[in-house]
Amino acid sequence: MNSIAVTAEGVGDSSAVGNREALDIHDHADVSGYETIGWPFVDDPKMSARNVNVYYGDKQAIHNVSLDIGKNEVIAMIGPSGCGKSTFLRTFNRMNDIIPGCRMEGNIHLDQEDVYHGGQDTVMLRARVGMVFQKPNPFPKSIYENVAYGARIHGLAHTKADLDEIVEKSLRRASLFEEVKDLLDQPGTGLSGGQQQRLCIARAIAVSPEVILMDEPCSALDPIATARIEELIDELKERYTIAIVTHSMQQAARVSQRTAYFHLGKLIEVGPTKQVFTMPRHELTENYITGRFG
Amino acid sequence: MQTSTVFLVLIALTFVSFIAGRKRSHKVAMAMGEGGMSLLHSLPKHYGYMAGLWAALPALLLLVLWVGFEPRVIHKLVVEELPVAVQQLPHSELGLYYNQIVSYASGSSDADLLDQAQVSAADHYLELKSTSGVMKALLVALVAVIGGVLAVQRVTPALRARNHVESICKWILFACSFIAVLITLGIVLSVLFEALRFFQTIPLTDFLFGLQWSPQMAIRIDQVAASGSFGFVPLLVGTLLISMVAMVIAVPVGLMSAIYLSEYASRRFRAVTKPVLEILAGVPTVVYGFFAALTVAPFIRNLGESLGLTVASESALAAGIVMGIMIIPFVMSLSDDIINAVPDTMREASLGMGATMNETIRKVLIPAALPGIVGGILLAVSRAIGETMIVVMAAGLSAKLTANPLEAVTTITVQIVTLLVGDQEFDSPKTLAAFALGLVLFFVTLLLNVVALYVVRKYREQYE
Repeated sequence: MNSIAVTAEGVGDSSAVGNREALDIHDHADVSGYETIGWPFVDDPKMSARNVNVYYGDKQAIHNVSLDIGKNEVIAMIGPSGCGKSTFLRTFNRMNDIIPGCRMEGNIHLDQEDVYHGGQDTVMLRARVGMVFQKPNPFPKSIYENVAYGARIHGLAHTKADLDEIVEKSLRRASLFEEVKDLLDQPGTGLSGGQQQRLCIARAIAVSPEVILMDEPCSALDPIATARIEELIDELKERYTIAIVTHSMQQAARVSQRTAYFHLGKLIEVGPTKQVFTMPRHELTENYITGRFG
Repeated sequence: MQTSTVFLVLIALTFVSFIAGRKRSHKVAMAMGEGGMSLLHSLPKHYGYMAGLWAALPALLLLVLWVGFEPRVIHKLVVEELPVAVQQLPHSELGLYYNQIVSYASGSSDADLLDQAQVSAADHYLELKSTSGVMKALLVALVAVIGGVLAVQRVTPALRARNHVESICKWILFACSFIAVLITLGIVLSVLFEALRFFQTIPLTDFLFGLQWSPQMAIRIDQVAASGSFGFVPLLVGTLLISMVAMVIAVPVGLMSAIYLSEYASRRFRAVTKPVLEILAGVPTVVYGFFAALTVAPFIRNLGESLGLTVASESALAAGIVMGIMIIPFVMSLSDDIINAVPDTMREASLGMGATMNETIRKVLIPAALPGIVGGILLAVSRAIGETMIVVMAAGLSAKLTANPLEAVTTITVQIVTLLVGDQEFDSPKTLAAFALGLVLFFVTLLLNVVALYVVRKYREQYE
């Protein structure tokens, strides 16, 4: 059987192979010789990953992935559970560093600057590459303090008025200000799930990041709250570059310009979202987006 | 009959009722024909439990009441038969007289110490006692059997035995928690009454605001002794001084080692260090005591002298330092658990903003863990205030009113010990002072608890 040496021809050959068998191919796949199909690279990348491998102890979670994130685009990373999309996302701001036993090979650049370079400081990196997590995780502090947290630790505000302005601006950009303007001294944990997640987005953008990484930001939210966040992502892409990991293919289709499909730690296919969803070139992508597994 | 025998019989009856209840439910079910078991409201064992509880609980209650009231009733009956002259004796003398009867009846003293009335009273006593024993056994068994039979007879498919058993269990649990409250109340009251007797001789204001503590009183008129002054302020100050020194040592060291262990240490380091630190908690306080008296106190005195300070050979500082060392594992272990309980999402959120470990710990983890940390520290403070042995050995007995940790001081608990050690008469203010001190100690700890609760509530940052 053909390994995942993935080419357009390969897809054609095995398109008749059923779901179950396709999975089997990958369970015994030859790791070294696969190629991502589609367009992983762009002309004007904000961040770029080259030949990234990530290991948890002896187990390899990411296999030789290369991918660009273009300026002011929303790129969606989709794939079945355990495919490594979150792990890959977290390499962009070195959040995997805090996981014991996690090791990374390869290069990640932010504006041509090597993120994993010895002298690179995670404090500055994470100020430029912000993150929103799966479960809304506001600090058990007031709404104001939640948003002011980043500005305080990075010394962005010199006066109370500066700080007030940053808090208000961030809450407005996260389209939360109108709902909470009279509750700024109330605990952030008292808000609804969707509001909490928008608070976390406000907290992330308060330090004026250039890139925002979102790790399944809507998976704990109801459909209405999800719609609000999706609208917000659409507005945010004017100012920020966004990479979003999502379980929902509809969400990926709605918010992103490009989509990357991951499978068992490998980047199988990347392309313009419309093309990936309407004319997937790889059988695994096709099987996933048509709901045959995942 | 012995109470323990009655108790064993009661257990047997309970067991029999359980079997009978279960069997009866089977029988009832079978009588309903095929598939009758599924028509029972509850499982057969629930019918069994119900019958067992019905047999056991009322009988047990009767047994407890009987054992509780038996001596009093017998006392009353025996005294009524005594000569009128004896009955009119003062209360304490009558008590002595009665005790002689009881000890003769139980065979631990000879007849020649007693008068004729006492010997006949002793016979009466024994007679009453054996009647009571038989009555007790019969009544308890009867109640158990009636309870069991009633319960077994009530077994029908519609009987909601499961709910019944559940609610009985709930009440048993309630009773247990209520007993804890009652016992606390009992302890407070027993201390309170003795303390009130103390305050009848020494005015409350003298005790609370007096600046001198020297509880020696002249027993004979011609004796040369201090007149006895019972100002507890020096003791309170001494207690607080030593506790403060202890907390100054224990809180930073304990908290910081907890932070290191939970946030920075590798799994292996943690696996070795935590048990080793917890061994500190297992060292008996007496051992800490002579460590303080023989090692730390001379060291501090020598150090002080080389700096030109006057240090008493028994100093509050030495006792406080050693007490602090003793408390470190407390603070560490509790804080470590609490900090570990803060969800990882908080750490990720903070680190993901570009905060350093240090900022994350100071601004997110500690505030989130604060209620637990304050709780742990409070436990440690209570332990410090209540600690006696180290202070007896290292800080001395002299009740000096001073805020200088280099001098010898004494604490409330140490004074309670010295007041109650040896043969004491329980009507002298010197002895009763111990109860007053105990009461004050109780209020001080209570106050600390209230303050800590308030602090926790005010500064708590609730996470989910």
